[in-house]
Amino acid sequence: MGTLSKAARSMLLAELVSGMSVTLKAFFKPKATINYPYEKGVLSPRFRGEHALRRYPNGEERCIACKLCEATCPAEAITIEAEPRDDGSRRTTRYDIDMTKCIYCGLCEEACPVDAIVEGPNYEFATETREELMYDKDKLLANGDRWESVLARRLELDAPYR
Amino acid sequence: MADFFFHTLLGQLVLIVLETLAVLVPLLLGVAYLTLAERKVMAAMQLRKGPNVNGPFGVLQAFADAIKMLTKETVIPSGANRMLFLFAPFLTFSLAMVAWAVIPTGNGLAIANINVGVLYLLAISSLGVYGILIAGWASNSKYAFLGGLRSAAQMVSYEVSIGLVIVSVLLAVGSLNLNDIVLAQRHVWFCLPMFPMFIVFFISALAETNRAPFDLPEGESELVAGFFVEYSALAFGLFFLGEYANMFLMSGMVSILFLGGWLPPLGIAPFTWIPGPLWLIAKILFCLFVFIWVRATFPRYRYDQLMRLGWKVFLPFSLAWMVLSAGFLMVTGLLPGGAG
Repeated sequence: MGTLSKAARSMLLAELVSGMSVTLKAFFKPKATINYPYEKGVLSPRFRGEHALRRYPNGEERCIACKLCEATCPAEAITIEAEPRDDGSRRTTRYDIDMTKCIYCGLCEEACPVDAIVEGPNYEFATETREELMYDKDKLLANGDRWESVLARRLELDAPYR
Repeated sequence: MADFFFHTLLGQLVLIVLETLAVLVPLLLGVAYLTLAERKVMAAMQLRKGPNVNGPFGVLQAFADAIKMLTKETVIPSGANRMLFLFAPFLTFSLAMVAWAVIPTGNGLAIANINVGVLYLLAISSLGVYGILIAGWASNSKYAFLGGLRSAAQMVSYEVSIGLVIVSVLLAVGSLNLNDIVLAQRHVWFCLPMFPMFIVFFISALAETNRAPFDLPEGESELVAGFFVEYSALAFGLFFLGEYANMFLMSGMVSILFLGGWLPPLGIAPFTWIPGPLWLIAKILFCLFVFIWVRATFPRYRYDQLMRLGWKVFLPFSLAWMVLSAGFLMVTGLLPGGAG
């Protein structure tokens, strides 16, 4: 009986018909496409995008040149040089991230004791040359200034889970 | 005056050219839009939207693709046989066009209403193998060659069962004239009494046009692109157009042999208001939709499965059905031509 019903099913193309009914149902379903440049998907506050160096509200940069991020970076993408400033505080003289090496793991952000280096929500930073992806301190601080309102909000939203 | 002109030699020539254009221009436009329709339908079945940037709903996409194809460089591999390499796409393309000469779009409305229409179609579609085989050989590339061989083997295998299916239709009609075949379906379309043959024919048509799930000749996972790997620009475009025109042709054959050609589904008022050619177009479009639907649904066959299906399933099945229907027609005395 098993073979008979199996033969009947294959003769009547039962599997083919049921497969085609699945695709026909999908044909009339609402589509999942997002019109990307015009519409964008929702990002989690933990999304790890382009890096930024943040400042305190008074304009002082947060980074204290502890070099924890440099030490923790698994891709060795971060290079920091530091010396005491005239007022005696430790500040970086150089803070470079090689964005082509970076694996966007977020360990730098986690290591930072003062929430200075963060990964922001921006993922649209493609460039035409490789050199443009060697970020220096100015670029990172500029990113921080540009995204600060969003960055603060993201940290605040994620704070209960940290 | 105009009447006289069309009876002179020049007039006849002009008339033929006009008739040909009346078929080919809609056909080529249809082919251009079939590529778009395929992308749209496949997208919809995969919960995507498909091309929607060029013009409303992406209607200009077909032209964008055509312009892109025309502006590219035709690369001829150094090891290729130049003559044959360039000849193959033209052969494929022109064969796909030539076959339309006998397709009737209304009662007697064909460029050539010949008495051996079905044989002509079968001959033309068999010749299509040459284009593919020549392309595969002339490219001097192992991928193209393997693709060409596969394609040839596949088309030859499925032509056998297509031939037998056509024979059983012809038994019921008693004529090789496509016009008569359609007229014989006035009372009932052949897809109902010969439903299994209809399915066999449709699946064989998929294999004949190298469509999914039988698109092994261009199986991109193992042969890159099959017989046209080495082609680019216009030569590639001609292959592409030829392939899609063949889909139109096969849909046309399915419509004429099984779906009653230009005949409306019922011979009563609201259906008969719509002119015949529109019915034929509607049926062809429906078949094409099913072509694309099948492509969106099924994974590709393995080569041995394909050959098994062709020789061990379809061939005996259609042969048995042919004998069965011939016997049935004999016994019931329905055999046309009064031989029964």
